[in-house]
Amino acid sequence: MIGQGRLAAWGIGLAALVALPFLYRDPYHLHILVLILIWSFAYTSWSMMGRFGLVSLGHGGFMGIGAYVTALLWNHLGLSPWIGIPISMAAAGVLALIVGYPCFRFRITGHYFVLVTLALSGIVLQVITATRDYTGGSLGYTPNRASGNKLLALQFDDKTTWYLIALGVWLFGIVVWHWVDRSMARYALEAISEDEDAAAAAGVDVTAEKLKITLLSALMTALAGAIYCQYQMFITPDTVSGIAVSLQMVFAAIVGGLFVSLGPTFGAIITILLAETLRIGFGTKAVGWDNLVYGVLLVLFIIFLPKGILGSLLDRLKPQPKVPRAHEQEAVQIARPGA
Amino acid sequence: MLEVSGLVKRFGGFTAVNNVSFRVDQGEILGLIGPNGSGKSTIFNMLSGTLAPTSGSILFGGAEIAGLAPHRIINSGIGRTFQIPRPFRRLTIFENVALAGFYGQGRHSRVKAEEAAERSLAMVGLPTDRHASVDGLGAAGLKKLELAKALATAPKLLLADESLGGLDEAEMGQAADMLRNIRDELGITIIWVEHIMGVLMRVVDRVMVLDHGEKISEGLPSAVAGDPRVIEVYLGTDAETTQAAAAEARRRAGGA
Repeated sequence: MIGQGRLAAWGIGLAALVALPFLYRDPYHLHILVLILIWSFAYTSWSMMGRFGLVSLGHGGFMGIGAYVTALLWNHLGLSPWIGIPISMAAAGVLALIVGYPCFRFRITGHYFVLVTLALSGIVLQVITATRDYTGGSLGYTPNRASGNKLLALQFDDKTTWYLIALGVWLFGIVVWHWVDRSMARYALEAISEDEDAAAAAGVDVTAEKLKITLLSALMTALAGAIYCQYQMFITPDTVSGIAVSLQMVFAAIVGGLFVSLGPTFGAIITILLAETLRIGFGTKAVGWDNLVYGVLLVLFIIFLPKGILGSLLDRLKPQPKVPRAHEQEAVQIARPGA
Repeated sequence: MLEVSGLVKRFGGFTAVNNVSFRVDQGEILGLIGPNGSGKSTIFNMLSGTLAPTSGSILFGGAEIAGLAPHRIINSGIGRTFQIPRPFRRLTIFENVALAGFYGQGRHSRVKAEEAAERSLAMVGLPTDRHASVDGLGAAGLKKLELAKALATAPKLLLADESLGGLDEAEMGQAADMLRNIRDELGITIIWVEHIMGVLMRVVDRVMVLDHGEKISEGLPSAVAGDPRVIEVYLGTDAETTQAAAAEARRRAGGA
């Protein structure tokens, strides 16, 4: 339940965010903010399932499908992104179900699930690269400039418009996160992440619940890819799909905090500022350095700060839970050997 | 209400349950006993859907449930507990039980699920406080939570894999009384698995004894306690200990 105070804080924060582009118009800074908002939405989408132990390295694939399907439909069939985006999301959703169903039905969990999804990322990247006659391959792809109605083509030159669109999409992601967080589905998914048999004994259809959250996460990630494509008007296989993008999602979500709604957003702020700082500070000499820094930080975070920066900060602010008394802890040990 | 016939479970070349048939009547408490590895838990896992039988039939309320997915069986009115409690530690005590109340009753209404959680927690004697953490529970508390989760699914038949080992004498008695209360007050039929005979014999209406996956005895507690095959399985064939044990078992069974 959100208290009055928190609701007020959200309201004031949102009002400030909406007002920002009208008061401050530096295009470079607005550009950075738009990127942060779009990637925040992508990371939030990943964390929808990541927070329940469903670690996917396949989300680069979903994002790539969102971006490329939308752009291809526009360029080849003249289909407006307003129709193209739902189609691209549906495509990503179908792929998620095709990969997810056998995994969940046959209980492919943990590391094995990560490996299956890793393959998914690789396959989507390869398909985009291999069909270069249509997608431009690794050279990238540009949606055709709209000659007519800009709104119909979802193409805007104005950064303020894009900022507001990105803000809306990001907010949608946060709202969905909270919606899941307060639903019974969260109980079921937390239970599944701990013990699938016990969850099934409580009546939970384990396969169905996992499929639902995977589908939701994939649909949202594809939307992120499509929005990114419409904003940048240029996509390459490496910027919207593949293993690097997938790893970046995992990194940002874990660094920011997997278990709090604004954690992935926090992660996006850190990763994008880091990448920009390296790009401006070192230029072409630092190409790929951000990935190196991500890797080192990821290891450090998983070991020392598994709840992420924001998650750990919020824990500090909360009142400490009561520590169970010594004899109770002993009893827990007896009841749970090996714990 | 439950009719099991010709139930077989093989794991590779090993036959864990061999051609076991039994029935459970409405409102009854059936005790299922046997030494470690006799096939009790395997039978439970087949009744609750965790394992699919190799062959045989399980009729529950007239419908075949053998081989159905666990969540379907739970939703058809069979609740189960696990021998070693399996709480969800990322959820509060209340959420653990509300989860079972929601998903175990066809996902109809969250309000109803929460009411079921409150009733179940009260029934087993756990606090209905919504924020209490599972980490505060001891061995007896975790077993109560396990029971509350099963009750919240509104079962007609409760499979209680109780294994009271780890509890002291008073707690064992409480657990046994609780099962009887559940039957008397809620009208829930119970199959109770246990390998400590004494406590069980005081509560159950009938007992079925398993050894090496086969049913070796079935009947009233007093009769089964005196059955030489049961005594042999539990204690070996040394005559003196056997007779002493039989007398002890009869005394306990009679003194309910």
